[in-house]
Amino acid sequence: MTTSYEYDVLVMGAGLAGMRAALAAHEAGVRVAIMTKVHPVRSHSNAAQGGINAAMTDRGDDWEEHAFETVKGSDYLADQDAVETLAQEAGREILTLEHMGVIFNRNEEGRLGTRRFGGQKRARTFFVSDFTGQAMLHVLYEQLMKARVPVFEEWFVTSLVKDADGRCAGVIGFEIRTGQFALVKAKAVIIASGGLGRVFEPSTNALICTGDGMAIAYRAGAALMDMEMVQYHPTTLKEKGLLITEAARGEGAYLLNRDGERFMKRYAPNMMELASRDVVSRAEQTEINEGRGVDGCVLLDCRHLGRRLIQERLRQISDEVHSFAGIDLVKEPIPIRPGMHYQMGGIKTDVDGRCWDKHGVWAGVPGLFAAGETACLSLHGGNRLGANSLLDTVVFGRRAGRCAAEYAREVPTPHVPDSTVGMEQQAVSALLSRHDNRDSVATIRHEMGVAMNTHLGVFRDQEGMTTAKGTLEALRDRYSLVGVQDKGQVFNTSLIRALELGFMLDCAETIVCGALLRRESRGAHFRTDYLHRDDEQWLKHILLYHQPGGSSRVEYLPVRLTRWEPKVRSY
Amino acid sequence: MITTFRIRRFNPETSPSRPYFQEYKLDTDRADTVLDALIHIRETLDESLTLRCSCRGAICGSCSMRINGHAALACKTKVQVMASERGVVQVEPMNNMPVIKDLVTDMAGFWNKVRQVQPWLQPAGQEPEGEYLASSESMNHLTGVMGCIMCGACVSDCAALEVDERFVGPAALAKAYRFVADPRDGAGRSRLLALNEPGGMWDCTRCMECIEVCPKSVGAMDRIMSLRSRGIQVDVPSTCGARHAEVFADLIYRKGRLDEPMLAARTFGLRNFSRLLSLLPMVLRAFVRGKVPKSGPFHRAIPGVEKMRRLFQRMEERL
Repeated sequence: MTTSYEYDVLVMGAGLAGMRAALAAHEAGVRVAIMTKVHPVRSHSNAAQGGINAAMTDRGDDWEEHAFETVKGSDYLADQDAVETLAQEAGREILTLEHMGVIFNRNEEGRLGTRRFGGQKRARTFFVSDFTGQAMLHVLYEQLMKARVPVFEEWFVTSLVKDADGRCAGVIGFEIRTGQFALVKAKAVIIASGGLGRVFEPSTNALICTGDGMAIAYRAGAALMDMEMVQYHPTTLKEKGLLITEAARGEGAYLLNRDGERFMKRYAPNMMELASRDVVSRAEQTEINEGRGVDGCVLLDCRHLGRRLIQERLRQISDEVHSFAGIDLVKEPIPIRPGMHYQMGGIKTDVDGRCWDKHGVWAGVPGLFAAGETACLSLHGGNRLGANSLLDTVVFGRRAGRCAAEYAREVPTPHVPDSTVGMEQQAVSALLSRHDNRDSVATIRHEMGVAMNTHLGVFRDQEGMTTAKGTLEALRDRYSLVGVQDKGQVFNTSLIRALELGFMLDCAETIVCGALLRRESRGAHFRTDYLHRDDEQWLKHILLYHQPGGSSRVEYLPVRLTRWEPKVRSY
Repeated sequence: MITTFRIRRFNPETSPSRPYFQEYKLDTDRADTVLDALIHIRETLDESLTLRCSCRGAICGSCSMRINGHAALACKTKVQVMASERGVVQVEPMNNMPVIKDLVTDMAGFWNKVRQVQPWLQPAGQEPEGEYLASSESMNHLTGVMGCIMCGACVSDCAALEVDERFVGPAALAKAYRFVADPRDGAGRSRLLALNEPGGMWDCTRCMECIEVCPKSVGAMDRIMSLRSRGIQVDVPSTCGARHAEVFADLIYRKGRLDEPMLAARTFGLRNFSRLLSLLPMVLRAFVRGKVPKSGPFHRAIPGVEKMRRLFQRMEERL
């Protein structure tokens, strides 16, 4: 017996992008629900610490400058029309969040205050201490409760459903608590399920960031774009790879090498510690590789900021560093290193979240939308600026929600046979009933993560990436045989980790595929065998489509330039 | 160092389904958290061990559980600190909520209570064109309570909830305070009126457990006390809770020590005959054992009570 539900719009994921999308669809007057594998406030948007960018024109800032710095930060791979939309709509969105109740930091006049962030000359980052993501996430959840948007809490989506014409018709998922499958019919589906950080080991990302949405869309026929663009954050804690906010440097912290030298002066003399993330991460890795590091790390020094500022503006990381590394920020520098942090690539969408192809028609699955880290517009191109990800989630979450609502009004209710659930259920049962073969999901995942971090990290080359490709192929074979020890129906996290690993392997393969194709160095994709950016050949996006049998079909899409011609990028 | 973990297991699908303790031994080092250990157990020893966890950095609030008897985030608790307390590390699911499986609890009740306080901003008047003006201090003050990650630790260990399911609990009350103290919120009075009802802000017994176990220093009990004093300030209709506080202070002011029978009588109201009568059996039992304290005219002020009164005056000047 399976249950089925019906909505106009279904959102997969309840982080900032998902909740913002659901609220926008709700305001537009359609029936919307959210399905999420964790409670909304457990989402990884929580982890965004430093803030959210917006050029508020009423206080003398200039949205074009924000847009240009975003384009420059992206190493000119961002689509400039999308970036313009982002920068123009930022201010309005900050005010909406403030009116909803976000307790943004204030200046002396009681108006919204800002701090500086990397890759930008002006202080245009609005913030709540150093837990801006959490403060926004909880407020959006408040609004969701107020609007009584139904949430399928702790439900795991296994696949997208299409009707006979190939149109998006909803999702199939199961309730984690009971193991019961259900078909949720929807005219439009918005995937907002976040990133894929756990494909790498270590990563700043939460354990839930397993690329589910990207893999589900890819399998259903949508394009994944620029998957090779993986951001390494310059400041992650040595111990477990936890994130130390860029706000620390925004507030004035230094990066030091073994000799106590502020080495960024040799790499980015103007912007120093606040150059864009790819530049700083490469500088750090170079220092470490050339023997000027400290036990595989460099040092982040906050001592001169003083206890009061640290207490007021960096409280969370001060606690974090204290509990996880036993270090008092006020007294000692922190050992940090670059660590995998964010996926710039993702499900290819237009500025309204539609999974459109390069000709402006639905690619693969009509009715499929995406927003947030799962999606790729491309806004962030080869490298995302700090504090642009929160902005991305709310601006494009809202746009996707509104557009999906409009779309859902125009299309009829899709027809899907209930038997589709049975087939999906059987596939999962087959996985559950496999015998233990002494291999384990955890081992395969770990080997994948280490291979990705070793060969697709800050520096890449043909040889290493080919090795990674081979490793992934072998792991894929092992994955097809691995058993799940827990055979129960109730809260079977063993099963969930096995399903997630399947999604992660898909994502890993597309990252390697894109990285091998792109024979240049741009943004976060830095190849020691192709040291320079090559605008003649590579001012274009790489789109990958799933093909039965594993390999991807490749398409290229020129970058949309509006007002900024690519220039040499220096900080 | 070899550490023994004693973990409470429960699987509703086995029969009979009863909770039991299972022990695992692991080699741990100084940096390991309880979450690291639990993940290690499920990855190498027993895949079926079930828990919620996500961020590993004390920000998502998933991995709340009782460790050596007190609620804590597994990701923020060091194994060896716990092991040094009693040799083993005992891990159990949170209290005051039903267990689904192993360390996973059902938090639906928790969220229902949060919803009960209408946890969204209810501004008064027209929305401004720009942002609401608010002082930097007021917003900074709110970061303390907005730091709450809704992990449930305070609710797990709340002594009042253990005996009174209707109590809305520390997490929901801290959330309510976040709005009452927000200068942009216009519904403060109606919020306080609602919290004045049974099950609301007066049902906290001030055991301090919520302050003790909170991984984010939200200080729920302090917020509850702030709600109470704001309630008294805006003259929410007098309830036993508010009167208890007022009479307490008045008796101390007058006599320098507590007149307990009078405290009870005036809290319930001297004309509240039925309630006072209901106390009679207890009073009689206490009388038989010679434990009824002196009261009224027989209860003298302490010597030097003037000094006490000066303390009160000084406090009032400060307020």
